Amino acid sequence: MASSRVITHPLSRRQILKGGAALGLGSAAALGLRPSWADPWGQTSVYAKGVEEGPEVSLAIRRESILIDGKKARPFSINGESPGPMIRLKEGQDAVLRVTNLLDEPTSIHWHGLILPPGMDGVPGVSFPGIAPGETFTYRFPVRQNGTYWYHSHSGLQEQLGHAGPLVIDAAEREPFRYDREHVLLLTDWTFEDPMSVFRNLKTAEGYYNFQERTIADFFADVREKGLAATAEMRGMWAKMRMSSRDIADVTGSTYTYLLNGHSPEENWTALFRAGERVRLRVINGSAMSYFDVRIPGLKMTVVAADGQPVQPVPVDEFRIGVAETYDVLVAPEDDTAYTIFAEAMDRSGYARATLAPREGMAAEIPERRKIADRGMEAMGAHDMEGMDHAEMEGVADGDMEGMDHSTMEGMDHSNMQGMSDERSRMNANGMLAAGAAQPGSRYDQAGIGIDPEARRMLVYRDLKAFTPWPDRREPERELELHLTGNMERYMWSFDGKKFSEVSGPIHFNKDERLRLILVNDTMMEHPIHLHGMWMELENGQGELIPRKHTLNVKPGERVSALITADAEGSWAFHCHLLYHMDAGMFRVVKVS
Amino acid sequence: MNTRNVRTGAGTVLAMLTLSTAYAEEGYDAPADWPSPMAEHNMAMALFDRLEYAVPDKGHEELVWDFQAWYGGDVNRVYLKSEGENVQGDGEDAEFESLELLYSRLIADFWELQGGIGYQGGVFSDDHAERSYGVVGLQGVVPYGIETDVALRVSDEGDVSASLEGEYDLRLTQRFYLQPRTEIAVAGSEVEEFGVGEGLNSVRVGMRLGYEVTRRFAPYVGGYWEKQYGDTADLARHHGDPTEDSGFVAGVRLMF
Repeated sequence: MASSRVITHPLSRRQILKGGAALGLGSAAALGLRPSWADPWGQTSVYAKGVEEGPEVSLAIRRESILIDGKKARPFSINGESPGPMIRLKEGQDAVLRVTNLLDEPTSIHWHGLILPPGMDGVPGVSFPGIAPGETFTYRFPVRQNGTYWYHSHSGLQEQLGHAGPLVIDAAEREPFRYDREHVLLLTDWTFEDPMSVFRNLKTAEGYYNFQERTIADFFADVREKGLAATAEMRGMWAKMRMSSRDIADVTGSTYTYLLNGHSPEENWTALFRAGERVRLRVINGSAMSYFDVRIPGLKMTVVAADGQPVQPVPVDEFRIGVAETYDVLVAPEDDTAYTIFAEAMDRSGYARATLAPREGMAAEIPERRKIADRGMEAMGAHDMEGMDHAEMEGVADGDMEGMDHSTMEGMDHSNMQGMSDERSRMNANGMLAAGAAQPGSRYDQAGIGIDPEARRMLVYRDLKAFTPWPDRREPERELELHLTGNMERYMWSFDGKKFSEVSGPIHFNKDERLRLILVNDTMMEHPIHLHGMWMELENGQGELIPRKHTLNVKPGERVSALITADAEGSWAFHCHLLYHMDAGMFRVVKVS
Repeated sequence: MNTRNVRTGAGTVLAMLTLSTAYAEEGYDAPADWPSPMAEHNMAMALFDRLEYAVPDKGHEELVWDFQAWYGGDVNRVYLKSEGENVQGDGEDAEFESLELLYSRLIADFWELQGGIGYQGGVFSDDHAERSYGVVGLQGVVPYGIETDVALRVSDEGDVSASLEGEYDLRLTQRFYLQPRTEIAVAGSEVEEFGVGEGLNSVRVGMRLGYEVTRRFAPYVGGYWEKQYGDTADLARHHGDPTEDSGFVAGVRLMF
């Protein structure tokens, strides 16, 4: 085992010795308190406990009492740990993953982001019947990719209660970047409530978890800042729509404890490093509902992979990670000091936190949380704006936009408006945009709500460039447009206005066709859209070097597109990865034949 | 109260709910014995929007309730709604101003069309005049966020009446809210037993200040003013009741 790792990531003798020292720390993990992939010394070959090394892995799913944030909780556990152990496979292996259900309800595991045969994808009702209580299901598939992924239950709302874990695949060949040490950072949102009661609260009482609603005080503050007319106009528009501009997250820190590697901010899980080392952080958003903004004050991060796929390095100060996305970043701390890994929930209602430090027991300053932002015009949709009376729009832009965060303003003036004329001139022979071109109405140059692009360098989708072009360079043969739709008041979520229970039959992809999927977000919330079984090449304007992803964040009112090579025959799930949106109906089956 | 009607109504509604949750299977590869990948969930909710003690200037003190509960899916639901009061110290039992069993269907993003049967009269006693009626209503939220409930009722005697309720929550802080509300009642014909005259019957406006201890439990205090008009006012005068009154209320909003 040690030797195979040495080939992939050469370890110095010094590091191996350090890893040996970590064995002492390992005894706490051996008690089953925490997954040991969350080992402070990172993944070293001498510290394998709690990491399930492939190609053959057995996983037992239970429901058991475990302390979370020091309080009694009853999560789902995988081999006694919640979130579950890290599964480590190697590109080129034939994986054999045996999952035994020791629950009194059916369960499943989906290997998020893996390209595999349809029967092995782990979605009950689409790939297989699910795993009945007492049964073992054996997943077998060839591992033909590498990078940072994760796995989770695809049954009911189990994923909310810790039924998830990291899945890392070591590359067969040298990766395009080097590092001395790696850590997995798995972000999750834990609730002590029953997930079904969370769902019921969302269904029966709009804004149940939002304790950052606008109040009369916000109104007067806006009047002071922007004047009565502009404030009244903006508030009037939102009131007329019967929506809340503060609806950034449906489920918030009022019930969630945000966890990093299973630890609350107070528990301050620590990842260790030696000054001068280059550390790879494999960041996974395994949350049910929460987007995070991740930064390490004092350290520049270099993004080197997105959704497991290598990208050309992007130095950033902060990145937003949508639900189910993964990013690999490199950091190179020069000083013998502690750094805070700060993952702030997008609605600013809480944060997950860990410390990157040369020794245990250290802590750095925790940044202040930002104030919740109000959604602005951009949430009302690019298409709506086209039809909108221009005078009215200008009026709002003059008054309200001034105080609004800068990203919002740019969305209106630049990508939507200017983008349209730029991109429309780049049509191909079929009258479609050329492969890789950004759709009018996309906002790839913006990170999204609540971000001040002036404050620090933030990763945006436009930055993502594939390391080398992906193999299928065909122009799309056809376009398929889907609208992301919802009824906030009823908490109904859907594609093209129809919940899964209301549609008749799957979305059809022709076998081996090159297809452009256009996603238009008609709602006022972000949706992380996940396609199983095939990559989506995000047309972020990078031409030949468009990146490929398994999960695409579509911002409110945005129109994004992806190229798909429909080479995976069979039936696949396609859905919003916000757990309660999916359960409320934002789910489709894609059939490739 | 006509129990046969209630049973028939409830049966029809349940049948519709079952139909709406059937799994569309066309074109899927999944064998019939596999579960649907996404289950539909029926839910239930019960709300005492007002459960309050009212102290009027002129009339009798009373315990008032305004209750609604529903069961169903996103589109089809069964509602049970009731408003009523128990006037204190009049030696009579509580009275349902309305007790309604409704089928409700979502017809637009913010609107439900509702229809069913209702009962007005004593709770467990013959202290009050009784009648049953059919009701059609529209419940929803108008632009600018005012929660609205309009209902048209036709009694078993053929008497027609209508009511309009509107309520708005103004958020003062994350937990304090100010809630203006109004109720307007009109009738097509005079029904003396129920103190109802032809035309505009009454207008009632209120203002409540609530504090959400949790989303499900909010005690409040407030005041109201009401006035009766036309024949309705004459009937009230005839019985020696005030035609205009105002008062103080204290109560809780409870959600289950």
